[in-house]
Amino acid sequence: MKILVCISKSPDTTAKIAFTDNNTKFAAAGVQWIINPYDEWYALVRAIEIKEKDPSAALHLVTVAGADAEPVIRKALALGGDEAIRVNADSQDSFYIAAQIAEIAQQGSYDLVFTGKETIDYNGSSVGGMIAELLNLPYVALATRFEINGNTATITREIEGGEETVEVSTPVVVSCQKGMAEARIPNMRGIMAARTKPLKVTEPVAADSLTSIINFELPPAKEGVKLIPADNPGELVRLLHEEAKVI
Amino acid sequence: MPVLIFIDQSEGHIKKASLEALSYGSQVAAQAGTVAEGIVLGSVKDDLSALGQYGIQKIHHVSDQQLDHVDAQVFTGIIAQAVQATGAKIVVFANNADGKAIAPRLSARLKAALVSGAVALPDTTNGFVVKKSVFSGKAFAHVALNTDIKIITLNANAFPAAASAEAKATIISFNATIDATKVKSISVNKVKGEVPLSEAEVVVSGGRGLKGPENWGMVEELAKLLGAATACSRPVADTHWRPHHEHVGQTGLAIAPNLYIAIGISGAIQHLAGVNRSKTIVVINKDPEAPFFKAADYGIVGDAFEIVPKLIEEVKKLKGVA
Ligand SMILES: Cc1cc2nc3c(=O)[nH]c(=O)nc-3n(C[C@H](O)[C@H](O)[C@H](O)COP(=O)(O)OP(=O)(O)OC[C@H]3O[C@@H](n4cnc5c(N)ncnc54)[C@H](O)[C@@H]3O)c2cc1C
Ligand SMILES: Nc1ncnc2c1ncn2[C@@H]1O[C@H](COP(=O)(O)O)[C@@H](O)[C@H]1O
Repeated sequence: MKILVCISKSPDTTAKIAFTDNNTKFAAAGVQWIINPYDEWYALVRAIEIKEKDPSAALHLVTVAGADAEPVIRKALALGGDEAIRVNADSQDSFYIAAQIAEIAQQGSYDLVFTGKETIDYNGSSVGGMIAELLNLPYVALATRFEINGNTATITREIEGGEETVEVSTPVVVSCQKGMAEARIPNMRGIMAARTKPLKVTEPVAADSLTSIINFELPPAKEGVKLIPADNPGELVRLLHEEAKVI
Repeated sequence: MPVLIFIDQSEGHIKKASLEALSYGSQVAAQAGTVAEGIVLGSVKDDLSALGQYGIQKIHHVSDQQLDHVDAQVFTGIIAQAVQATGAKIVVFANNADGKAIAPRLSARLKAALVSGAVALPDTTNGFVVKKSVFSGKAFAHVALNTDIKIITLNANAFPAAASAEAKATIISFNATIDATKVKSISVNKVKGEVPLSEAEVVVSGGRGLKGPENWGMVEELAKLLGAATACSRPVADTHWRPHHEHVGQTGLAIAPNLYIAIGISGAIQHLAGVNRSKTIVVINKDPEAPFFKAADYGIVGDAFEIVPKLIEEVKKLKGVA
């Protein structure tokens, strides 16, 4: 079995969100980059668990990013995985990114392609579905559980107002969220091993970008909290009813 | 060249997210000087023609029962046929579980630009630019869609579902080629009777300050009185005090209700990221230095175990409940 996990980098969750160049670029100076949490905690860790049960499985990571993403991909390798592929391109367009990953997935004939539910910076929730379409494979989005038996995957996914368990034959593309696995921390052995694991760099294939970001905007600041004395919750109810008109 | 809106349904009923998508789509159509049409797949129990009041004239319906379970691949095939048959240049989805599964596939199928999580109508003064939520609600981006056909998924609670005068939509049975599904449904587990968190207008949320799952009774009671959904912070879900699907924040669900009541939650930046698009935020916390107060509209500094029961009594008075 061959598994491909899509890894993207995202700013540390405590990073200050600010923009430069007339609000056209994310202010990356001084920002710590982490593995996008959905990719790490759910997609990657679940894939590692599958490999732990079936050591013959090959687990590869792919990222579409510039060289500055290498520390992040090494960190992913420290958690687990045999090797990583970096497609040397910097893009914010989901279709362009998906086209690169679809190419890698096709070349490597993977049985499972895992993505995170979404990136926590651009929040597209799109790359997984696009990869699946480009490869004409089934796509199970927002998975909360994943089991594999031979070439049959049993997957629980979020649907409107609940969950559904489905069965699908591999190859399949799955986007992963909370429930799939528990977060892990890399150990010393993993960190040492990651240093020598192969990290291949390939050049992107030609693909279109369908969107472009014009600029960014920060939400207006809150006006300041109105404090209500603890012994007078009735006043809160009145304000919510008469002033905010939300109850 | 109508605007085509995907109307999704759950057990035959049309959900609020779709009504918002319909209202949004008809405004997009009005703006573009065209009409809005809907497409619905699977067997429906609701009266579809009544959806005309959200501004659409026609609904294309494929009533085949095999479409009662969503397979993104099969749905994409049908919607792509509808786009072709109607000549639609703009396709609108709700940014919910179904929208997230189908819209990206349709985008790749049609090579049509997709913007997901839209929060406003397109700006067409220079190209076609849509404002969307990014950085988990910490910022917005204006995204240009640079292809002939454009796909938009609309964030929940970003655009009101506005019903206007009584108008009936015409239902047209749409003849589509339906691919065989490769995704076999084994079981469905619906959360019964509760307001779905992503659609809720009021959300009552609890954090570690509530000490343990046995203390959620008052959270649930307050929620019930307000017709609200319940939510929680990440450590609360991680320790299994509450189910995973209640976890809100940067790595949980991002929500934007009219009212978010946070009880015993410190207001860590990752938590705020998922809730700061709420229109009104109320914080109840015994620590006056809790960061959540900086993001709140109303706050009470004090012990939740004293305040919430009193609050419940006051809400009962307001609602005239004994
Ligand atoms: C990468 C990453 C992603 C994360 N994603 C998320 C996320 O998506 N969502 C999320 O919620 N967190 C997330 N976190 C965790 C986040 O940093 C905080 O640890 C978490 O939100 C704290 O939860 P809490 O407020 O319930 O608990 P605490 O921080 O322990 O706060 C409890 C609060 O309750 C108050 N309190 C105690 N007793 C009472 C009382 N009797 N009455 C009233 N108030 C009381 C305290 O004053 C305190 O402010 C993430 C962290 C990381 C590193
Ligand atoms: N540049 C990238 N390189 C590799 N994987 C990516 C990249 N961008 C997104 N992904 C994957 O696709 C998922 C969804 O991303 P998005 O559609 O941007 O929200 C992420 O959680 C990743 O698993």
